[in-house]
Amino acid sequence: MTAELIAFDRVGKRFGDAVVLDDLSFGVGAGERVTLIGPSGSGKTTILRMLMTLTRPDSGTITVAGEPLFHEKRGDALVPAGEQHLRAMRRHTTMVFQQYNLFPNMRVLRNVTEAPVHVLGLSADEAEERARGLLDMVGLADRLDAYPSQLSGGQQQRVAIARALAMRPDVLLLDEVTSALDPELAAEVLDVLRDVARTFDVTMLCVTHAMKFARDVSDRVLMFNEGRIIESAPPDELFDAPKHDRTRQFLRSVIEES
Amino acid sequence: MSTGLWLRLLDGLLVTLELTVFGAAIGLVFAFAAGLARLSPNRVLRGVALAYTEGFRGLPALVVLFWLVFALPGLGLQLEPLFAGVLALSLNIGAYGAEVVRGAVVSVPTAQLEAATALNFTPWQRMRLVVLPQALVAMVPPFGNLLVELLKATALVSLVYLQDLTFQGQIVRAATGDTAATFAGLLVGYGVIALVLTRLVKLVERRAAASLGHTTRPRAVEGAR
Repeated sequence: MTAELIAFDRVGKRFGDAVVLDDLSFGVGAGERVTLIGPSGSGKTTILRMLMTLTRPDSGTITVAGEPLFHEKRGDALVPAGEQHLRAMRRHTTMVFQQYNLFPNMRVLRNVTEAPVHVLGLSADEAEERARGLLDMVGLADRLDAYPSQLSGGQQQRVAIARALAMRPDVLLLDEVTSALDPELAAEVLDVLRDVARTFDVTMLCVTHAMKFARDVSDRVLMFNEGRIIESAPPDELFDAPKHDRTRQFLRSVIEES
Repeated sequence: MSTGLWLRLLDGLLVTLELTVFGAAIGLVFAFAAGLARLSPNRVLRGVALAYTEGFRGLPALVVLFWLVFALPGLGLQLEPLFAGVLALSLNIGAYGAEVVRGAVVSVPTAQLEAATALNFTPWQRMRLVVLPQALVAMVPPFGNLLVELLKATALVSLVYLQDLTFQGQIVRAATGDTAATFAGLLVGYGVIALVLTRLVKLVERRAAASLGHTTRPRAVEGAR
């Protein structure tokens, strides 16, 4: 694989006795759309949380855009990264969460403009213009003045997507973004994400159980089990002709559920 | 009762209100400084704040007051009496307030901090833009309780000859000889001030709820049905 934007090199993580990631190595190319599937507890969400610097690995290195994520060079040595390095690295990446996590103290528009103003240094006008465009794209142009508590889950998640895109990230992490939603509301969020995949040149890592969506947007699907990738293939191949027994079993259970 | 005595009571009321308002204002400063310091990554700051909160929650406000008014001058530091009263009260109420601040900040869900991290806010921006505005809403009701506690504690200053409502009440009692009526009047007086303060806090509470997009909530009632 050439021009890898993200590389995991023998990354390990355990919580107590449970091995969450087992010497995991894989890479993601710039602009690639990768879906992570697998049973719960197989390490998918941990991977996204590590890329967002919310969880540190116990061992191994993660590289983003050619630079180690959790280490910085001091002289010739690599030392654990300080807040300044982490902030520089976070510029590449942002994340949409399962529970939306909008800021309840801000109206919809300000949820989307706040970080561009305070983090990217945009003027209030620039930020508002960018936010209005994105909120229009996610179908919420008429709810700019609402508080998150006044929106449905699906609407909140669409605001969260707009909020993430307003940062113009290189990498967009989607962590089970429709798992907390009714099927109908999930569908409207997935439609928005299909739009995003079509119009934005952004690398996407997506943890989801929405298999049809995964098939539509991904270039590659990674099947996880017990902290390892047991199968990696383009969606048509992985869904229609899975090589691994565990993959077949998992896909059967997901189809049954939906 | 003569006009002079009524004026005395009015003067006393003003002193009591001054003590309450300034005590609350400076108490808030202590509460935020100590409450946020308790959450600081800096061990020294945390230690100082812990010593303050644990120390002053354990000390009777009256003893602190005696110390500031009667002991400090012996060490060559004479505080203006009203200032000494305000300082003693605010040191005491600030120690309780610090726990309110700390508790409210900690009660903001971790998910909010993670969302703020994902948007690359600095640690201070996370606190200022995301955590504190939400924590403030949670602080209002317990701060309201502390405010009434503070009002009641102001009566202590009459023991160091500050001429607050209680002190003037004693003068009136001595002048008229009517103990029952005077103290009944004081009780009503403090009660009315407390009622006004509680009303004001309710208004602030409603404002705070609105800052999260909630209307005043009959929700608790609905839940009880």
